[in-house]
Amino acid sequence: MIPKTEKTRPFPQTTISFDKKLRENDLSLKAIAVEILQVNVGKLCNQACKHCHVDASPKRTEIMQRETIDACLKVLREHKIPTLDMTGGAPEMIPDFRYFVTEARKMGTNVMVRHNLTVMFEEGREDLAEFFAENEVEVVCSLPYFMQQQTDAQRGKGVFDKSVEALKKLNTVGYGKDESGLILNLVYNPVGAFLPPEQSAIEADFKRELKNRYDIVFNNLYTITNMPIARYLDWLRRSGNEKSYMQKLVNAFNPTTVDGLMCRNTLSVDWLGNLYDCDFNQMLEIPVSLEVGQTIQDFNPETFFGREIMTNSHCFGCTAGSGSSCGGTVA
Amino acid sequence: MINDMSYYEEEDLERFGEVGKHAPELFEKFMDWYQACQEEGALSKREKALIGLAVAVTIQCPYCIDAYTNSSLENGSNMEQMTEAMHLASAIRGGASLIHGVQSHNAHDKISM
Repeated sequence: MIPKTEKTRPFPQTTISFDKKLRENDLSLKAIAVEILQVNVGKLCNQACKHCHVDASPKRTEIMQRETIDACLKVLREHKIPTLDMTGGAPEMIPDFRYFVTEARKMGTNVMVRHNLTVMFEEGREDLAEFFAENEVEVVCSLPYFMQQQTDAQRGKGVFDKSVEALKKLNTVGYGKDESGLILNLVYNPVGAFLPPEQSAIEADFKRELKNRYDIVFNNLYTITNMPIARYLDWLRRSGNEKSYMQKLVNAFNPTTVDGLMCRNTLSVDWLGNLYDCDFNQMLEIPVSLEVGQTIQDFNPETFFGREIMTNSHCFGCTAGSGSSCGGTVA
Repeated sequence: MINDMSYYEEEDLERFGEVGKHAPELFEKFMDWYQACQEEGALSKREKALIGLAVAVTIQCPYCIDAYTNSSLENGSNMEQMTEAMHLASAIRGGASLIHGVQSHNAHDKISM
């Protein structure tokens, strides 16, 4: 479903609309459940990565306040949503981060934090590894490659070395080790205008190389396609790659990915409590369809199940090849 | 990556199918063969992409260089690995020239006292 009013954020150009592609394949895109509440707690980050779809950076000031956090907790509790997926920015940089995590864990919610690793070395956050372990948080860390050149090219100078140190700290408190039950997953993003490798193949490379080079272990590696919006779209345009990248995504459209797309079982919340079908729509300012509620305070599962997902050309980023979601491939 | 004003236009790769216009059956056989060669078999897709890149550089085909650089990256290779593959192919090519020095020696020996 194409949004009725497109906002100011730029969309990538494609030769065919995403909706038309769905229709050509006799497909439609509707939500089936809300199993994951993905809360983007703010755009403040200690990094400014080149592929960031949030345009997050140390200069951003948007952060979620306690009132909105409490509204999210209320929805998680009352509707027994199994998983809270915290993202940002760097979620750990908002003042109420630990409050949000501990309150969610008290009610038995699975808590997943999208952690950039380097934030662990920011003042006052040196004990994050221990905090994560005490609360049995599932930690999902960005590491685009097991080598410095690629990682620093995407995420900034010095990020790779800090990331290695942070992973060692997480291993020290038990993360990534089978017997501990503490889950440490990594996220691979292509460092450029190309699609991710086959997930199991690159996971095997990461496991071998990180173990051999740094004695680091982890559980799973998720491959995520770079989403052609925001700072990454700016880079595609500056580098003359927009047309070929979008054509690559369109050519790689895989109809079998549609059933598993994360927008079908995830609801995205922004720092003000507004609701979206996914974090990408959130950044493009495309709210959930107008027939249903627009804020976390309006949440009513009956109206949200079966809602039509709002789409645009960027959605080709989730349906290319083996598909892409916050949990890796979907097909 | 191919220069806009060059003899080789990047967009022309998308027109590859036009080559089948006057001999469609032959082109179809070629495409089936080409696609089958790309599939995972005794060699992984990554190994095949690196072989493709090494060959592409050796035969200096701009379309193939673009295509196999992309597929090497999309199969998880990095520039260190890709550069080693390119060096190997180039070294074999260089060696193939240099080994003809033996023919030069033969020619020299034949006409020299």
